[in-house]
Amino acid sequence: MTTLPNLTQKKLGLVIDLDTCVGCHACVISCKGWNTENYGAPLSDQNAYGADNSGTFLNRVHSFEVQPTGDEAAAQLIHFPKSCLHCEDAPCVTVCPTGASYKREEDGIVLVNEQDCIGCGLCAWACPYGARELDQAEGVMKKCTLCVDRIYNENLEEVDRIPTCVRTCPSGARHFGDLGDENSDVSKLVAERGGMDLMPEQGTKPVNKYLPPRPKDALPEFDVLAPFLEPVAQEAKGFLGWLDKTLEKL
Amino acid sequence: MHPAPSVIIFTTFSGLGFGLLFWLGIDPTPPTGWVAFVFWLIAYAMAVGGLLSSTFHLGRPERFLKAFSQWRSSWLSREGIAAVTTLVAMGLYGLGLVFFGTAWQHLGWLGALGALATVFTTSMIYAQMKTIPRWNMNLTPAMFMSYALAGGALLKGNITMAIVLLAIAGVVQVFTWVMGDKAFENSGTTMATATGLGNIGSVRAFEPPHTGTNYLMREFIHVVGRKHSQKLRIIGVALGIIIPVVLLLLPIGHWIALIAVASHIAGVLASRWLFFAEAEHVVGLYYGKR
Repeated sequence: MTTLPNLTQKKLGLVIDLDTCVGCHACVISCKGWNTENYGAPLSDQNAYGADNSGTFLNRVHSFEVQPTGDEAAAQLIHFPKSCLHCEDAPCVTVCPTGASYKREEDGIVLVNEQDCIGCGLCAWACPYGARELDQAEGVMKKCTLCVDRIYNENLEEVDRIPTCVRTCPSGARHFGDLGDENSDVSKLVAERGGMDLMPEQGTKPVNKYLPPRPKDALPEFDVLAPFLEPVAQEAKGFLGWLDKTLEKL
Repeated sequence: MHPAPSVIIFTTFSGLGFGLLFWLGIDPTPPTGWVAFVFWLIAYAMAVGGLLSSTFHLGRPERFLKAFSQWRSSWLSREGIAAVTTLVAMGLYGLGLVFFGTAWQHLGWLGALGALATVFTTSMIYAQMKTIPRWNMNLTPAMFMSYALAGGALLKGNITMAIVLLAIAGVVQVFTWVMGDKAFENSGTTMATATGLGNIGSVRAFEPPHTGTNYLMREFIHVVGRKHSQKLRIIGVALGIIIPVVLLLLPIGHWIALIAVASHIAGVLASRWLFFAEAEHVVGLYYGKR
């Protein structure tokens, strides 16, 4: 059924720390590795070794440069992993004509039942985040499952019962938990660090949160007496001064 | 957005076909016999041909029957139901007119209502997309409806009605472009809101996630041909609206009518190509392409 549940018992999702992500793409690779051989159809590649290669990924890492405004602060490079945000008001679910896309009442995970998907692509149109990709080999829509086949999988060690991207992240930039429970570790982290929604104006109410980069340190004044010292001469003298004046006249 | 030929053909021809079915359905003195047969043949060729064309962009077209199930939430599902209801009602209505020379008028009215519903639901598939601000306007259904009614009147040969409706469609189309050009900016979605990094400073895409392309970029970040958009708009309005109106004002014959129809179809195809090619999806912001 492609109508959304009024309330989900849990809001399982990810918290992604933009301050600690180093942009190594390990989450991308482990995601592709796990999901190509587990839930649903494999994540195919087209022309993988040719000139014009492309393929299906459920998680991609962008990198953005931010130039702080005002003072002459240095530009910052921010690595930005992006996957399905498992929105509370998921527009991808309600547009689905077949009922293949659905949001689980028990934990809020948004999934695609691939047997029902006709590959119309409308859910990918409706997603502002580019979280859904139509697999070119299988003709069905692929998206992050929040590793639904890991998190409840009792055949795995308990430590592995988290999404593979979280398990693999070497810098601890990804966290998994119930964002509907305000006492959960992830909810506390979001409260502490000012976790934010992407494109809040789109009204999707994403469950996944992003932790903004912490403010950068300012370069300290290295000598308390420095401001009281004589300013260094600004005007050039001697040969350089002559050269400066001469070139100025030309 | 990627201007896929299948959806351009689908929206253009099914719009015309269902537009014609609307006028056939409400006609108080409908044609009978061979004349009715030809009208119904044209309407069904366009409406059904358009619908079939739309299945070419499906990844799994063989499962299309499932698409009728989610009418509670999905405009695409509603469109499917409206289209089939219309085609069945108008098919029976046509049967009566062609073979029995009788007008089962209630079926005609039901079919006409269904035809309007079909075009409206088609337009809402696009208009509902908050992710594509250029489409996310009331003008989108108005544009689809006015083109379908004008094209249908033109095919039906309701000359006065066609002239008036073509003029209306032209005005709506121009407004759609004028408002659409400002829509992305007015939507408030920017790289700052997309990344949440706007309060640090100005955000620029530094490095994409991969060196090649992907499904998202092919489907949503189409920029080819935008530079010709002004010319194509003029061509679209000239062929789709102005030439047919001028031809209809001349003493009309079948050949002139045929030229008017051909010109109208070419114009609508050009406008519909622009409808897709010019539409900017907000996901492009993550790729620095907006």
